[in-house]
Amino acid sequence: MLIVRLLFKNAFRHKFRAFLTILSITIAILAFVMLRTVIGAWYAGVDASSASRLVSRNAVSIIFPLPLSYKDRIHQVDGVHLVSYGNWFGGIYIDEKNFFANFAVEPRSYLELYPEYVLSSKEREAFLKDRKAFAAGRKLAAKYGWKIGDIVTLRGTIYPGNWDFVLRAIYRGKTDSVDETQFFFHWDYLNETLKKTAPSRADEVGFYMIGVTNPDLSSAVTTAIDQTFKNSRAETVTETEKAFQQGFIAMSGAIITAIEVVSFVVIFIMLAVVANTMAMTSRERTGEYAILKTLGFGGWAIGGLIAGESVIISLCGCLAGITLAFPAAEIFKKALGMYFPIFTVEASSLVMAFASSLAVGILAAIVPIQRAIAIRIADGLRRIG
Amino acid sequence: MFALFHYSLRNLWTRRLTTVLTASGMALVVFVFAATLMLARGLEETLIQTGSYDNVIVIRKGSVSEVQSGIERGQAAIVESLPYIASSREGKSLVVKEMLVLVGLPKRDTGKISHVSIRGTQGHALLLRPQIKPVAGRLPRPGSFEMLAGSSIARRFKGGGLREELYCGIRHWQVVGIFDAGNSGFDSEIWGDVDQVMQAFRRPVYSSVTFKLRNAQDLDAARKMIEGDPRLSLEAKRETRYYEEQSEMMAKFLRILGISLTAVFSLGAMIGAMITMYASVATRTAEIGTLRALGFGRRYILTAFLMESLLLGLVGGCTGLFFAAFMQLLTISTINFQTFSELAFRFTLTADITLKTLLFSLVMGFTGGFLPAVRASRMKIIDALRAA
Repeated sequence: MLIVRLLFKNAFRHKFRAFLTILSITIAILAFVMLRTVIGAWYAGVDASSASRLVSRNAVSIIFPLPLSYKDRIHQVDGVHLVSYGNWFGGIYIDEKNFFANFAVEPRSYLELYPEYVLSSKEREAFLKDRKAFAAGRKLAAKYGWKIGDIVTLRGTIYPGNWDFVLRAIYRGKTDSVDETQFFFHWDYLNETLKKTAPSRADEVGFYMIGVTNPDLSSAVTTAIDQTFKNSRAETVTETEKAFQQGFIAMSGAIITAIEVVSFVVIFIMLAVVANTMAMTSRERTGEYAILKTLGFGGWAIGGLIAGESVIISLCGCLAGITLAFPAAEIFKKALGMYFPIFTVEASSLVMAFASSLAVGILAAIVPIQRAIAIRIADGLRRIG
Repeated sequence: MFALFHYSLRNLWTRRLTTVLTASGMALVVFVFAATLMLARGLEETLIQTGSYDNVIVIRKGSVSEVQSGIERGQAAIVESLPYIASSREGKSLVVKEMLVLVGLPKRDTGKISHVSIRGTQGHALLLRPQIKPVAGRLPRPGSFEMLAGSSIARRFKGGGLREELYCGIRHWQVVGIFDAGNSGFDSEIWGDVDQVMQAFRRPVYSSVTFKLRNAQDLDAARKMIEGDPRLSLEAKRETRYYEEQSEMMAKFLRILGISLTAVFSLGAMIGAMITMYASVATRTAEIGTLRALGFGRRYILTAFLMESLLLGLVGGCTGLFFAAFMQLLTISTINFQTFSELAFRFTLTADITLKTLLFSLVMGFTGGFLPAVRASRMKIIDALRAA
């Protein structure tokens, strides 16, 4: 107990310096946790996806459509119990800056396949009845102040023209990890309009969403569907929703790697600061160490004192950083909720933060310990500054 | 003044370990700062070099990129007959009708699928884009299933190398040549014959029509003619402008990311510098007293300590920049959110970035050293001397 008190006394002997060091660790840990959370947010779509849903798209790439006629043939595959389909619409709301995901889906089967989008029964009815209706996530509607019955116009980039939609339903996520920033509307509205304006593009589907009766059947169903359309005008690639999402993330892998690298750079910055503080502290106390040695304490006991002090400082900063991470994540979520619909601090990043500050505390003490052990009593007592 | 400088320099040398640690903290921040600027710059440069100032690209109105666009053959023919189009020495009109599609191809190193642009084009496209030079193999024969791959694709994607085979659109394509597009966006494309590509991917429309202006000032006239024609629902813009727009979102993203990261990180490093400088002042109280007693003024002391911390910042800045310069050897290849296709770009170091980075490191040194220097300059001679 006495030792712990001594360690704390030592750590806070220079109150201002200790405060600055802890502050800098706090900032570093905060930045580290935030960066980890950003990476986590990137993968949020993957975590939220269900294992019992498959996605079929054109084998060439996502920009190529599949014929509508595939719907019934996919339905015939053993193990498939529900098929829905949709198109990425890529519409722009007023300005390109206002980005949100918007797509056309077959509404009845879509809502059945995605029970995590919760609609009140009244709104659900209204949404299904009106072909020009759209449903928006709670956060999206709140951001633009849309109310039920409002007309929203999107400017098509893939499908030219201005498209009017009526907000008939606002959905909520069943859990926190459900994206509440989406915009979806009736596929029929898109298709019927295309039949008039661009008949060659009608009856084409961007992707099929498939519900399987049992997740264990996924791989068999996947192969069966792809076999069905092998060597046809539009071959398919079917994969689980998770793999489909992961495919998108893998494409921006370089950026994620960069963020990951940077999140470790911040740990090194922290190491430099703590090591510096420890180097200065031990330098100033060379005389004291010499006295301790005179009293009969061995080099390792003194090393323990230095290491303990260093760990105490870095853990104080770590705790402060972790505590601040939660309110910071809330602020971040409010400001950038549109880009990162799901932004939650994960336990694993906290563990990593803790482990790295512990490591920093120990590493920072190495050089001072070496010096303290090596110093000869007479030199230590003689030395000034 | 020289004595002052010497004093500061010697002080840093005497406390080598501390100096190295503080400077390396700063160097890391500077490194991140420089690297993100270089990345954003590299992206911009790549896309700016892609376009030529006197080329005009025509796409469907409202579509943001070529992939979303569609131009029917009839409409393309109308654009082709515009009077403002330059012609080559042989008298050939410098206009190409192209189709761009995205195709999922596996990367060489990871086997992961990414989207690559395949451009169906015509033989004389090279005349419009002088930055593109074939470097290996030969040019594809018109009307064949032969392709020309950009150097970045050849390196990174399976099937993209010379004499390799690509399978897409239920067809096998032979890569017969590699071109180098001088770090422009075309390096991340594969070129084939437009008619074959249209058939293979079953798209009866072109994506864009690009032509070279006979006179670079004719843009407005040409645009008026295209956008005013009721048979066309197309828009025309300079190629340079078009490619700049393609990178806007990504460049902005990189900038914001870089700036917010360095802002936070630099706080950490500045505090590090502050700790060092406060300690430096505290251990030298007697020295300061002596200097004052010898007749050096307060301003002199302030300058000495500020100079010390500026030097510290400069050492950190130079080290950070030194390592950041090596990043130029790296090429980043990632998906461009706007076009949804793979794009390779390099970290690019410019004089402007070098200057900004060094300035940034000096600012860090200054901010970290200011308060300690003020404290040093405010010491009373008697107190300072007594401290010894």
